[in-house]
Amino acid sequence: MRQKELKLVMTFHTTSDAMAFEKQCKTDGAPGRMIPVPRAITAGCGLSWCASPDDKGALLNVIRKLSLSNTDLYQCMV
Amino acid sequence: MIYLDNAATTQTKPEEVINAVVDAMHRLGNAGRGAHGASLGASRTVFDTRVLLQEFFGAEDPRCMVFTANSTESLNIAIKGVLSKGDHVIATVLDHNSVLRPVYSLEEQGIEHSFINADPMGNPVYEDFEKLIRPNTKAIVCTHGSNVTGNLVDIKRVGEIAHRHGLIFIVDASQTAGVFPINVKEMGIDILCFTGHKGLLGPQGTGGMYVRNGVDVKPLLHGGTGVQSYNEHQPSEMPTKLEAGTLNGHGIAGLDAALRYINRYGMTSIREKEESLMKRFYEGVKSIPDVRIYGDFSSFHRCGIVSLNIGDYDSSEVSDELFTRFGVATRPGAHCAPLMHKAMGTEEQGVVRFSFSHFNSEAEIDEAIKAVNILATE
Repeated sequence: MRQKELKLVMTFHTTSDAMAFEKQCKTDGAPGRMIPVPRAITAGCGLSWCASPDDKGALLNVIRKLSLSNTDLYQCMV
Repeated sequence: MIYLDNAATTQTKPEEVINAVVDAMHRLGNAGRGAHGASLGASRTVFDTRVLLQEFFGAEDPRCMVFTANSTESLNIAIKGVLSKGDHVIATVLDHNSVLRPVYSLEEQGIEHSFINADPMGNPVYEDFEKLIRPNTKAIVCTHGSNVTGNLVDIKRVGEIAHRHGLIFIVDASQTAGVFPINVKEMGIDILCFTGHKGLLGPQGTGGMYVRNGVDVKPLLHGGTGVQSYNEHQPSEMPTKLEAGTLNGHGIAGLDAALRYINRYGMTSIREKEESLMKRFYEGVKSIPDVRIYGDFSSFHRCGIVSLNIGDYDSSEVSDELFTRFGVATRPGAHCAPLMHKAMGTEEQGVVRFSFSHFNSEAEIDEAIKAVNILATE
């Protein structure tokens, strides 16, 4: 297994929200990719967006643009 | 075969719809069940289709669009999800069993119902909606177009009545979605139920519903969602709340292609072709002796349906002759709309329904007219 790195991870309550977020990130050129939600955050499955902690501003812009309320941001080793 | 049973399902699908399903079956995993390429591919397809449907029906948010297997599932979710013990619901005699049976089934739970009658032309008696509203009335359920006569219902008018009285307005668009413009905001629709395999030209097993933000619909099914796995309850967020279990990703890929086809071809062009074929058929059969046509033909702005009987002949016999001798596929009987037939007095005889697609040709219509003429006069 590769070495873990500190990442910014954003979680969603539904797959639909995750897809809306991914689509907007692609449109806006916001960096990152979808990964399974790390167990350090929840064991409850689902998708999360993984990016560098430096990209927090760009991701918050996407959240604001979509008016997503059910998202949480974490910093964790991924 | 001359296929004139498009109100049951559109048999001819755009080639791109078929290709999209095949491609999806080669390529897609399970939507919302992982972050690998196959699963994400399915999730993206499902979401793209959700956005297309949102735009197609003028909804406020893609999360308002829920995928189901068909209109029947959508209507069951809607009717059973908004009504509770002690409520009253109003439906119409134009409605299909996909509305009537859920409504009847709720009698046992102490949920009352009333039905709006039809006038002699088969249109709902609009004046009766307000007369039937009671203090405990919660919702009005109404079809947008009769699957028996093809008559359209003035949905905006009924929506205004519903909202004037604070009622939830549920619309069955099984016969109209894809052919007639539907804007849920302009028409005052709180819940829109549609199927993918008729006018929307998608595969069977696809369908869906629009649920306005703020309308609380209890889930009919509880199960896997790919998210919140340790939550003992169905997630409360839309659309996941109403989408338990694996979605029909392959079918939805076909529906996606079908929506793009309709957007490209133009809904107006599709409707004008269907109306033109319907008019040609109507004009061709209306003067044949012993042919009786049902429904309101004062305007041809109606679903592409002409239902008729020949004398006292059983509609099943006529339909069978049409197919076995002339290769014309029609639908006889009651069309799962018993109250409409009671209103028209056709419970015993049924009617023979001819229903048209923009893929039909004028030559096919002329063959069908010729066949009716022969059966009626020989």
